Amino acid sequence: MKNLNGQRKWLSIPPIVRKPVSTLSTILVTMVGLLFITFIIGRVMPVDPVLAIVGERASQEQYDATYIALGLDQPLLVQFFYYLNDVFHGDLGESIRTGMPVFEDIKRFFPATLELATIGTLVGIIVGIPLGVLAAVKRGTWIDQIARFVALIGYSIPVFWIGLVGLLIFYGILDWVGGPGRLDIFYEDLIPPVTGMILVDSLLAGDFEVFYNAFSHIVLPASILGYYSLAYISRMTRSFMLEQLNSEYVTAARVKGLSESRVIWQHAFRNIGVQLITVIALSYAGLLEGSVLTETIFSWPGIGSYITTSLLSADMAAVLGGTVVVGLVFVCLNVLSDILYRLLDPRAK
Amino acid sequence: MSLAAETEKQGLRDWLLAEVPTSRRHARMAAWYQNWLALRRNTLAMAGLGILILVIIIAIFAPVLAPHDPFTQDLANRLKPLGFGSHWLGTDSLGRDILSRLLYGSRITLYIVTLVAIIAPIMGLIVGTISGYVGGWVDVVLMRITDIFLAFPKLVLALAFVAALGAGIENAVLAISLTSWPPYARIARAETLTIRKSDFIQAIQLQGAGPFRIITKHIWPLCISSLVIRVTLDMAGVILTAAGLGFLGLGAQPPSPEWGAMISGGRKYILDHWWVATMPGIAIFMVSLAFNLLGDGLRDVLDPKESGR
Repeated sequence: MKNLNGQRKWLSIPPIVRKPVSTLSTILVTMVGLLFITFIIGRVMPVDPVLAIVGERASQEQYDATYIALGLDQPLLVQFFYYLNDVFHGDLGESIRTGMPVFEDIKRFFPATLELATIGTLVGIIVGIPLGVLAAVKRGTWIDQIARFVALIGYSIPVFWIGLVGLLIFYGILDWVGGPGRLDIFYEDLIPPVTGMILVDSLLAGDFEVFYNAFSHIVLPASILGYYSLAYISRMTRSFMLEQLNSEYVTAARVKGLSESRVIWQHAFRNIGVQLITVIALSYAGLLEGSVLTETIFSWPGIGSYITTSLLSADMAAVLGGTVVVGLVFVCLNVLSDILYRLLDPRAK
Repeated sequence: MSLAAETEKQGLRDWLLAEVPTSRRHARMAAWYQNWLALRRNTLAMAGLGILILVIIIAIFAPVLAPHDPFTQDLANRLKPLGFGSHWLGTDSLGRDILSRLLYGSRITLYIVTLVAIIAPIMGLIVGTISGYVGGWVDVVLMRITDIFLAFPKLVLALAFVAALGAGIENAVLAISLTSWPPYARIARAETLTIRKSDFIQAIQLQGAGPFRIITKHIWPLCISSLVIRVTLDMAGVILTAAGLGFLGLGAQPPSPEWGAMISGGRKYILDHWWVATMPGIAIFMVSLAFNLLGDGLRDVLDPKESGR
């Protein structure tokens, strides 16, 4: 029972070394753990990987040879180390469906997801933060109720359903936006891929027609993802702001006779900036996940629809590869927000 | 209502609101009653509770309420609009009555929700209390594992699990439970850490109670209320994840009237026959909204310092 958190033995090491080292070891342990889970999932898959390669009619010798070649005769732990080694060399196996290395596939699909999630988060920030601040300042009024309602809907509606309804209304009936996909079919492959994000690439190529078309396609899925991000960001902003507005320094600033907008934005809001960064990073990570279903609805060629289409054709290497990449990005975003928090918040030092 | 019954009711009320409890059971009942009174003042939470009770009633009496058999196909009357004959909500691509399928589908939703609401918190409770009570390296290892699971995006991990285990409701439940226990473990651990140094635990230890008895009889009951709030709030997310898995064809299998799968079935017809995919979405929305409202209300009552989030 002594030495409760194992803190004691660290005492001799100065904090400047200790913190980065412990953060780094946390990241490493988490990543290896993540890979262990995907490895186990890959192992419990009832499909026999050997049969998938040699086929039903192979002789016992062929079967055994492949079995050994795949390393399946080795102990589980040894197999896991092989797997770790492969992953760290960027080898996630080969997709049965596309016939390409999974890593190459993901490199091709990932920018589309990144583009979607980035614009979604931007929408969430631009609308969510002012809404949250307003709801906190006007606490209990109709504005607060509306903000609460908006968030509640966001927590309760299935994203794939709102995507379908959005397509029905804005594409089917009103015809304001482009349909599923990233571009209309006759605009495809017109611009050279540089970043893989069409909005950026078309601007780089100076092709505004493509840009406009791509924009009309992304606006609906990005707004829908943005809505979910908005629901979360506005709720958190509100509760952070309430905390600040109830503290004494705000009262002091008001007593001094500062204008209300100065009190809110220059005093209270400045103090929640660091917390907001964490929230934004988390919501960004959440959108990467939310994109799985959204991309399926909008036939968006990102990592989400890559995972789901691979699922339907039992392409396990692709599914696990996608899972690993999304998981790693998730961890990285968490760590990044943690580091930013420590760097920016003087109290955390 | 007769006078005798009324006085008896009044007596029960007084008994529940007594300032000084006469027994342990009395104190517990009184606390529950106070919380219930506070919850009853919250209109939105009561609306949520009302919807949930309604859904439970619908699920129980689905065979009585449904105007048609949810599985009977009628290809002559496929994709009929709202209010066609006795098909109030129209028919789907195989001519099945959408309303009847929705009513039956509530059974599947409640089944999934109930199982997850039992499995995931218990897993979390076991991991969290052991971690908090035993401490030391057990705590470090268990919490590291918890963190790893927390680091995974839920839906993607659930997808991978179901892909490995095979599609189906039970596997979907298992996958969702496996992805949603970590927050409960965190909560249970935090509660345990605050409890385990308290005098009453030491008193029991001195009486010779073993760790198993202390954890199950004395720590678990105290973790329940914070877990209940979290579970209620999480149920909306569970419904959405389950529906998402169903939508991707990984949850309930056809012809089962699972709401997510029904949306997926109507997806092809969304532009011309909008009701097929829209109606199940409204059902999902209502139930998860109800859980959110009730969860918010419960949090306000049972955990005032976290309210307003």
